[in-house]
Amino acid sequence: MKKFLFAAAFSLPFGSAMAQTPELTVYTYDSFITEWGPGPQIKAAFEAECGCTLTFVGAGDGAALLSRLRLEGARSEADIVLGLDNSLMEQARDLGVFAPLAAAPAGLALPVDWSDDTFLPYDWGYLAFVYDNTKLQLVPTSFEALAESDLKIIIQDPRSSTPGLGLALWVKAAYGDDAARIWEGLNDNIVTVTKGWSESYGMFLEGEADMVLSYTTSPAYHLIAEDDPSKSAALFSEGHYMQIEVAAKLAGSEQDALADRFMAFITTEAFQRVIPETNWMYPATDVALPPLFEQMISPAPVAGPLTISDAGRKAVVNEWVRVLSQ
Amino acid sequence: MNPVVKTCGIGAILVVAVLVLAPVIALLAQAETGGWAVGAWPAIRFTLLQASLSALISVVLAIPLARALMRRQFWGRGLMISLLGAPFLLPSIVAVLGLLAIWGRSGVMSDILAMAGLGPLDIYGLKGVLLAHVFFNLPLATRMLLQGWQAVPSEHFRLAAQLALAPRTRFALLEMPVLRGAVPSALLVIFMLSMSSFAVALALGGGPRASTIELAIYQALRFEFDLAAAAQLAIVQLLVGLAAAALAFHFGRAARFGGGLGAPFQNWDSRRWPRWLDGLVLVTAAAFTGLPLAAILLKGAAGLGLGLPAGLPMAWAISLLVALASTALALGLALALAFFIAASKRGDRIELFTLLLLATSPFVIGTGLFILINPVASPFALALPVTALVNAALGLPIMLRVIRPALARVNADYGLLAEGLGMAGRARFRLLTLPQIRSELGFATGLAAALSMGDLGVITLFAPPDVQTLPLLMYRQMGSYQMDAAAGSALILVASSFALFYIFDKGGRGAGTG
Repeated sequence: MKKFLFAAAFSLPFGSAMAQTPELTVYTYDSFITEWGPGPQIKAAFEAECGCTLTFVGAGDGAALLSRLRLEGARSEADIVLGLDNSLMEQARDLGVFAPLAAAPAGLALPVDWSDDTFLPYDWGYLAFVYDNTKLQLVPTSFEALAESDLKIIIQDPRSSTPGLGLALWVKAAYGDDAARIWEGLNDNIVTVTKGWSESYGMFLEGEADMVLSYTTSPAYHLIAEDDPSKSAALFSEGHYMQIEVAAKLAGSEQDALADRFMAFITTEAFQRVIPETNWMYPATDVALPPLFEQMISPAPVAGPLTISDAGRKAVVNEWVRVLSQ
Repeated sequence: MNPVVKTCGIGAILVVAVLVLAPVIALLAQAETGGWAVGAWPAIRFTLLQASLSALISVVLAIPLARALMRRQFWGRGLMISLLGAPFLLPSIVAVLGLLAIWGRSGVMSDILAMAGLGPLDIYGLKGVLLAHVFFNLPLATRMLLQGWQAVPSEHFRLAAQLALAPRTRFALLEMPVLRGAVPSALLVIFMLSMSSFAVALALGGGPRASTIELAIYQALRFEFDLAAAAQLAIVQLLVGLAAAALAFHFGRAARFGGGLGAPFQNWDSRRWPRWLDGLVLVTAAAFTGLPLAAILLKGAAGLGLGLPAGLPMAWAISLLVALASTALALGLALALAFFIAASKRGDRIELFTLLLLATSPFVIGTGLFILINPVASPFALALPVTALVNAALGLPIMLRVIRPALARVNADYGLLAEGLGMAGRARFRLLTLPQIRSELGFATGLAAALSMGDLGVITLFAPPDVQTLPLLMYRQMGSYQMDAAAGSALILVASSFALFYIFDKGGRGAGTG
């Protein structure tokens, strides 16, 4: 075992240099590469046609991915980064390490207009408050109704979590200058704020709150993987914040052609059909959805721009901290 | 000074210096913009408040518990003392879910209250943070006090009983000197550990009011990428740690009781103190630490019933190897430092400096090392060695805090005798020092091993492909909706950490004398 581990730990850089087949390195977030995530199936499908080795590197969450790229700079071993989202996209673009897409993406089917010459959407979802429909009868239909109710919610911190940041941007997009008033109203509903999505969702499943900040597609996981119809997502009249997850090619990639090939692979059926039941998000093309996904709510996107500047994001987060610290 | 002691000691100090200073310097060197992190002051204030209270409450409650454990012999006492190590080794998220199963809004206590028609318990806020930190650290404080008491030769207690000393006199002569040595030390370690708490403080703190310096550092590194702000916050944390350590050293006075004959401790004054009171203390403490552990055990067993995830055996093996490597490293460094300090005139300053490792943010160490390593080597290849090194760095100050007083005691009690006999070098270590500090050495090594096994550490920052540790696997499972599988992994993690702790600790205490 020791020998094997030693090999596992130290052979990576040498192994890749000696390998006959070219290797494509994709940085992504942790949940993408677990045995339940899309990683293993996508690796198998792409390797079957590319004659290459596809290596996924899990680097925490979306924000961690971005800081990883900043730390590595030009020395990055990544050819492709998959897992940034629209709330981090402008910051990522400012880094100037990405190459433009080789070809305009084909067959995208997002509920909003999308055109970007660098970042390619591979899936998307709406943020939503998820609840247990066997316990909650009077489901709020807006942030105002939620703020007026006695319901207890658990959310994530926008300073450490991407969905948490999405929620702060959601309220800002829906209410603008009135966002502070909404957060003041929500203050007594918030049981607690966690570092990341996992803590929140785990605490919600333990019964610590009536609702938790998650995705409209979370109930599909329980329905399909656990045969449990008890979870639902609340439909808010303000419209829902869209999280669009994107991939991009690094300008410094030494596997340029292979990277382009993978970027093209992202919008094929082989990639897209894996997404719904492993990443529990909507595919970026019009590939057929699993039948049970039709039971999910289909909200409208909240009005406002999809992306945000670094300064705009800081202002929204600072307002959130200020109001909830009172 | 013995040349071997000198060389090893200076080498160990250099390693500590690199780990404490290099990451902060690396961040500052890499930083593009300067400027204070906005809103850092409330975070600093809350960190000081919660860490001080956590330390104070843990140690105050530990005193009656340690006294009861000292005085009473009962079935399962040895196991209870060992089990007291368990909460300390829980990964934060596991501990939070375990605590909530008992104290949460739909936990056992709330269910009991509901039967009486009362609303659910609301522990969120400062009280929740303190509950969690006391849960983590009360057992550690108890063990540190017990180590202090065990340094008193049992003949002293016999003499006190023979002289029929009044409880107050006995307390002043025997117990007070122990507490003066051990209490500041325990306060300090727990203050430092609570200071760097972040996920727990946030999850139970109920919102941004409960933001700690560590959260501000995480935010600066992850979202803002403001390396200057992160470095400044790291320096604030180091200064707070330095001040706390200086204060603890000022008030802490290790007691000298002289050597004993090593007779086993017997309880000479058990009748002077009501049995039921000690019983109550012991049962309450066992329930307080045991119930959340039982909840974790039950959930984990249910999760494991669903089958082992494919990656688990490999992740377990990697974690174990990293833990053993890190323990060996920490033990080597701790012994080198302890012997060097014993022979040095500036012992306090050296230990103070080492204690700063507890006040360094793991994110800062990780990011700093990444910046230093990235230009010269692949971070992937060094992920496991660096994880082991950083884990060793976190265990080292706690080990030193436990080992140093033991070594000082041996030298004070037997130093002259050993020199008179011409005992030196390896023979002195094997025949005198090792048997005398064995109990402390075992306890400290066990803590370091378990800490390293359970800690997520810096592996996420280096993220090698296809290599994951058990804590990393557990977090990844939770991120993929696999809460039950994660509970199973958590159980295996906790059981392995505890087994490591138990083997070293028991080995130190020796079979049968526990």
